[in-house]
Amino acid sequence: MPNRDMSFIELSARERARRILDQGSFRELLDPFEKITSPWLEPQGIVPEFDDGMVVAKGKFNGKPTVIIAIEGVFQGGSMGEVSGAKMAAALELAAEDNRSGIATQALLLFETGGVRLQEANLGLAAIADIHSAIVDLRRYVPVIGITAGTVGCFGGMSIAAGLCSYLVVTREARLGLNGPQVIEQEAGIEEYNSRDRPFIWSMTGGEVRYKNGFADIIVKDSVNDVKTAIIQCMNKGLPDTLRSDDYDYYLQKLNAIDTSKQADATLVKNIFGRGDRK
Amino acid sequence: MERIELTYPATEKLQHKALAGVVGSGDLEAMFIPHQEKMLKIIIKTSVDGSKHRWQNLFNRFASLHALPMGTLEINDFASTPGVAKLRIEQVFEEANYA
Amino acid sequence: MSNTVLSRGDYWFSLLTKGAKIRRGQCASIKVADGDILGQVARFIAVVPDAKNKYPRAAHGEVGLLEGWTLAQVVHEVIESDKLNSNKTAIIAIIDVPSQAYGRREEAFGIHQALAGAAGAYAKARLAGHPIVGLIVGKAMSGAFLAHGYQANRLIAFDNDEVMIHAMGKESAARITLRSVTALEKLAASIPPMAYDIDNYNKLGLLYKLLTITNPDNASDNEITLVKQTINDAITDIIKHGVDLKCRLGGKDRHTSVVVREKMRAHW
Repeated sequence: MPNRDMSFIELSARERARRILDQGSFRELLDPFEKITSPWLEPQGIVPEFDDGMVVAKGKFNGKPTVIIAIEGVFQGGSMGEVSGAKMAAALELAAEDNRSGIATQALLLFETGGVRLQEANLGLAAIADIHSAIVDLRRYVPVIGITAGTVGCFGGMSIAAGLCSYLVVTREARLGLNGPQVIEQEAGIEEYNSRDRPFIWSMTGGEVRYKNGFADIIVKDSVNDVKTAIIQCMNKGLPDTLRSDDYDYYLQKLNAIDTSKQADATLVKNIFGRGDRK
Repeated sequence: MERIELTYPATEKLQHKALAGVVGSGDLEAMFIPHQEKMLKIIIKTSVDGSKHRWQNLFNRFASLHALPMGTLEINDFASTPGVAKLRIEQVFEEANYA
Repeated sequence: MSNTVLSRGDYWFSLLTKGAKIRRGQCASIKVADGDILGQVARFIAVVPDAKNKYPRAAHGEVGLLEGWTLAQVVHEVIESDKLNSNKTAIIAIIDVPSQAYGRREEAFGIHQALAGAAGAYAKARLAGHPIVGLIVGKAMSGAFLAHGYQANRLIAFDNDEVMIHAMGKESAARITLRSVTALEKLAASIPPMAYDIDNYNKLGLLYKLLTITNPDNASDNEITLVKQTINDAITDIIKHGVDLKCRLGGKDRHTSVVVREKMRAHW
């Protein structure tokens, strides 16, 4: 059923990757049958997954050589361990090498992740630093496109990775933020951030506000076809004139102008960062 | 976490390796790899301690209804319900037959 | 400049930047100076506490919105000013960061993007050939470390109880993983990547050197010289070995990261 649309969010990471790539072109690397599982989970009494929650596949997208790296949000909240992190970093590093030797391999990153897997804490953090490095390297040659669809969203060190992408695509069901609501409440108090107040959390970090306030480039419906269309739009733009992560002048000017004597709410954020053309 | 190993006589020849499911709350992943010996070797890692009996019952029932496939079945279980477990195992055998 | 030492990071910044030219005009929580390290031209950058921070959740040395974007700015300056030079200015990141800033404004105004600004700038500088050395004198925690230091080609740390590298503070990590702090500490003792201490971190192979400094808040002249010499050696090592982060992959307890890379290359 090549033309029938379907929900993107409901698909597993592997199915997302398979359906995004051109039909028949999907080839998974370090697939589950390789059984490269986390060396750290079982000693802590935690059931591993054969792919460590990371799907890396090569293939074509719109006829062009592509690597797609998809995090399985269902396994351990999409958290980044040594193996899953190294899989993503290695694939990005090899894509950059491809580009240096004349093969314009482009990269699609599907973020469904809470960030570092705390059971592998420092190795997860180190892997994320490698991922940041590899994105910055690769995005010099080809657009690196991030997609966060939900339901996990994209948090922690991986929200920084999303912030490093050339383009970021979100759905309304996605959330994007550095710190999880629980941790902010724990560190800063319930007055600052009430992790149980769901409408409030969505008004701060939901896909729609992220898009409207310029922290994402395209918002799409929960649809495989729409996600693919958005990727094509990003690719057609080529390398961005200004990367969001290089836009320190714009952000510093805004942040310095804000009156921080009163607490922020969604309206204030919109007034400051809102992009008028994004309704 | 508990590791459980079970072995059953098997006669059915399936052609392919296959995988079904994910290791998420209430679910499991099941991986089947065919071999030539006339037995089904089952290795389960489960987050539910003390569940060996339950798995034995599940596979006893399977064995009474079908000829089991010759191969290794590895399961990573994250507290799946019996219904989900049965579904995933049927899925992985089905895939191994037709993939 | 005031003589009050704001933090251990501030103390080491002032030790390493005697006679250097202090950059002014940015937020008070980011200190920047241009000088040299035993003759090698360098920009020194530290994140320090600022009790009067415009963003109060970043008042204690956390990396917040202004800090992330300011790091991006001051690192980009170096890249830009050396654009046509083949001899690139080194960047010395003095690392003493207790955490990223946790707060409502931080999330709402895109702290993830600010930290991406910082991490991205450091990575760009490294890829452009600037030798970057991270000197971990105190805490190097989580997102704050990702933004300020983890993109360095070489990391040097002090072997000291107050030096701590981790993905999340103990209390929060315990809460998120549904464990008690005691249970977490017990696990950390046998699982090196979970440990909070620098000795276990060192087993992961991520450090270039671990230095013994008797009292990192009051160092002797010899110790200061040792630190400078080690940074200088690191810069030489970087120039010899190139811009990537491969040197971090040799650790016994990070062996699987190597295996994954080898297999990925073989299957690519």
